[in-house]
Amino acid sequence: MNLKVSTRQVDGVSIVDCSGRITLGEGSVVLRDTVKDLLGKGQKKILLNLGDVNYIDSSGIGELVSAYTTAKNQGGELKLLKLTKKVHDLLQITKLYTVFDVKDDETAAVKAFR
Amino acid sequence: MAGDRFSYNLDSTLETVDRAEQTASRIASENGFDEDEVMQIAMAVREAAVNAVLHGNAYDPEKKIELKFERTTRDLVITIRDQGRGMDLARIPDPLAPENLLKTSGRGIFLIRSFMDDVEIHPSSTGTEIKLIKHVHGMAEGGKEASQ
Repeated sequence: MNLKVSTRQVDGVSIVDCSGRITLGEGSVVLRDTVKDLLGKGQKKILLNLGDVNYIDSSGIGELVSAYTTAKNQGGELKLLKLTKKVHDLLQITKLYTVFDVKDDETAAVKAFR
Repeated sequence: MAGDRFSYNLDSTLETVDRAEQTASRIASENGFDEDEVMQIAMAVREAAVNAVLHGNAYDPEKKIELKFERTTRDLVITIRDQGRGMDLARIPDPLAPENLLKTSGRGIFLIRSFMDDVEIHPSSTGTEIKLIKHVHGMAEGGKEASQ
């Protein structure tokens, strides 16, 4: 299943609910465009909910990194919420788990934004 | 299914990447690998197919990707060959190096090596061949579980 995203606002944080696969091609483009669109609108607190992302490849990992650095470079902040085991393991072996701010609880994640 | 071989000649497209992954997943399942191993094999094949389509053949419609599966007594061996200029192994960065951690690409070969038991990369001026090997655990010839 290709990536589907929907965005909602909670206490000034844009929560992007993602489901499906973040892979080379459409999945990566959808994520990139969504983050770019939010930053373009000045919405710089972004929480990517990956709870329903069951698969991610190296291109998808690259998109997460790109989203993180793009937000940071524009004075924003991007965090990850609810990793599935597969995504968690991938971020561990690529040493990115410590780069991203990863949260399990949405309320705590929203509060963690400055 | 020891001795079985399957071979596919595929276009240099993103559809090939998906097809390679799905075929690998099916064949790995049929050979008794567990769910995690099936995911690892399928992902390694996907990453190798991405390299072949994007970096090897550069989406050239005149160039093909060869994908082969072979079950030996001990291993599942998957070979992916492109018709590009040949991968420059010296230019593959270490994605775990601190200066590379935030790069947006360069993790494919690393993931392949992480997920497979053995990986052989043979670049040449007529293309790159990558051989992915996964040992079959607790299986006897014929694909049935070995008795204890």
